[in-house]
Amino acid sequence: MSAAEEIVTEAPAVEAVPKRAMTLGYGTSLVVLAALILIPLFVKNFIIFQMTMLLIYALAVMALNILTGGSGQFSLGQSAFYAVGAYTSAILMEHAGMNYALTLPIAGIVCFGFGFLFGQPALRLSGVYLALATFALATAMPQLLKLGYFEHWTGGVQGLVVTKPDAPFGLPLSQDMWLYYFTLAVSIAIYVASVNLLRSRSGRAFMAIRDNEIAASAMGVDVALYKTLAFGVSAGITGVAGGLGAIAVQFVAPDGYTIQLAISLFLGMVVGGVGWLPGSIVGSAFIIFVPNIAEGISKGLSGAVFGVLLFLVIFLVPHGARQVAIVAQQLAAKLKKN
Amino acid sequence: MLSTVRIAAIFAAITAVAATSTAAFAQKKYDTGASDTEIKVGNIMPYSGPASAYGVIGKTEEAYFKMINDQGGINGRKVNFVSYDDAYSPPKAVEQVRKLVESDEVLVVFNPLGTPSNTAIQKYLNSKKIPQLFVATGATKWNDPKNFPWTIGWQPSYQSEAQIYAKWLMKEKPDAKIAILYQNDDFGKDYLKGTKDGFGAKASSSIIMEESYEVSEPSIDGHIVKIKAANPDVLLIYTTPKFGAQTIKKTAELGWKPLQIITNVSISVGSVMQPAGFDNAQGVLSAAYAKDGSDPQWASDPGMKKWNAFLDKYMPGVDKTDNGVVYGYGAAQTLAKVLEMCGDDLTRANVMKQAASLKDFAPDTMLPGVKINTSATDFAPIAQLQMQRFKGQKWELFGEIISGDIPSE
Repeated sequence: MSAAEEIVTEAPAVEAVPKRAMTLGYGTSLVVLAALILIPLFVKNFIIFQMTMLLIYALAVMALNILTGGSGQFSLGQSAFYAVGAYTSAILMEHAGMNYALTLPIAGIVCFGFGFLFGQPALRLSGVYLALATFALATAMPQLLKLGYFEHWTGGVQGLVVTKPDAPFGLPLSQDMWLYYFTLAVSIAIYVASVNLLRSRSGRAFMAIRDNEIAASAMGVDVALYKTLAFGVSAGITGVAGGLGAIAVQFVAPDGYTIQLAISLFLGMVVGGVGWLPGSIVGSAFIIFVPNIAEGISKGLSGAVFGVLLFLVIFLVPHGARQVAIVAQQLAAKLKKN
Repeated sequence: MLSTVRIAAIFAAITAVAATSTAAFAQKKYDTGASDTEIKVGNIMPYSGPASAYGVIGKTEEAYFKMINDQGGINGRKVNFVSYDDAYSPPKAVEQVRKLVESDEVLVVFNPLGTPSNTAIQKYLNSKKIPQLFVATGATKWNDPKNFPWTIGWQPSYQSEAQIYAKWLMKEKPDAKIAILYQNDDFGKDYLKGTKDGFGAKASSSIIMEESYEVSEPSIDGHIVKIKAANPDVLLIYTTPKFGAQTIKKTAELGWKPLQIITNVSISVGSVMQPAGFDNAQGVLSAAYAKDGSDPQWASDPGMKKWNAFLDKYMPGVDKTDNGVVYGYGAAQTLAKVLEMCGDDLTRANVMKQAASLKDFAPDTMLPGVKINTSATDFAPIAQLQMQRFKGQKWELFGEIISGDIPSE
């Protein structure tokens, strides 16, 4: 068996997801959207803050989902892009006095460039090797942020405190609620753009690469370009999420962006269902709320309890939220028949 | 006209009711989180994550308040100690503190651990006027009552401790060539700054080498060999416990005998000196403010006897050589004292006022002579340290108690 044949017969790293299955139906989307718009009107500020973080992590999880579920590349370095986005926003707001909303596209562009450049050397790697290379990026990032050269800008180990924006035009909204709706608007825009991206020619190219690189290049897809492009897009969205995170938390410090965050995002993607974009919000809920539940069960063994819960999820629903959604859909169809 | 009279009458009636009610309840005043039966205290600790070794502090505090409640509480009120895990991550710290304040509705946030986590929550708590009491970090910036009137420190700051070493060296060994080994983070850099400030103009001529290491490095033997090559006669060890033990051991293995001064963070007999080897640790200097739980010289000390009895009853099986157990006990006792001083006026403003009015308070675990003093302009509760030298299997205190107060920046 030749080397080429070996690659061809090798099972793809990520299971192929047909592109129609990547999104939700119209009806369901509207229900979710209505819930996201209405719930904050009835809950405390603290819950609104948690929902803001839910959306922000969902964005970051979705960015990873485009990379892994879309183009079939692994990354354990998303925390590095998240950190770059967060610091870009924080530095522009605090040192340059820029409006918070303007810092987000800049954070996205900076991270897109960063991700695109990182994608170049990463082209030579695939599967676990790529995961390891990105892992190195994630471990290096907190130390880079502490470097003396950048200390004037980054605040070094002490980090930077960010001012939380008030609602504009004298709207009668609390800071938390305004930031939530702002985040929601940004998230929806990015979600719609991502769905369209995956349905477009580029999206088909991503998926062709994911399913079979050799076949994709035979069909005329520029494999190198689209692989780095996927990295860039993923990093860019993660950067915007990072910028929003910095504004919501009002603080950036190297310790906030460790490898722990990258692993959490990866976890969120798997729990939400690889390649299923709406699952990102479920995955994000998992990484925010399950540690709290685990802590409620046992403080000393919170890590172990979290492990058990994670194990149960992976064991019972290996395809994550997507599987649950499919089962629910089938049940609904059955009920309709009866 | 009639309506005006009526309004005036109603107004007068309301004023009268209000006046009598304030008179009747003048004794008891409460903010959210306090009542006739309960005082709710919030806390965040890294029970998981890279700094999870400090989680024992939170557990000790929880056990301490359980003991207080078993003894009848504080002025008849039980302390409800709510502690959450922040995993040493600033975003998580913000989430958990907001949960404490907005969902659990605590009266105060007490002893949150870590410089990054505390920085992340400081602005929020100060804008909400919620006391951020006795933060568990040695950074200098917590003593800033002017800009952050709702935040107060507890332990001596790293910088003031480093200044004490610098001043001692200038007096005892004025011509010493000094090398500094420090951890490359806020903790190590605070010590570095304090040392340089302490030496003042002499800093550049006295300090011949500054070597830093990352907390993620498995071993720092290479750094020690490098420092030895520069041949200094004093080695300042600004490290966390694991690296402190490694440094003392490695210098002995190299047959090198500089004068070594180790930070207060790494003075545990059980977890630093013993692993480093008692023979190797002879003559090492440091400064302390609290007693060491594993040091036999305190076996008959009344304060430490109470501490031992508490551990045997409420935390059986805990590792007594762990400095966190001593720390948590002392911090919890300080809070209990403040809440007791508040009497029936359990408003957040009064808690802060009482926390800033501690006079010569000495928790059981403090060294004899070390006392907690605060005022409206002094938010650094413990500011005193005493030099000590390791001899045999224990620390021997020498010299007098030195006050290392440094003004806020």
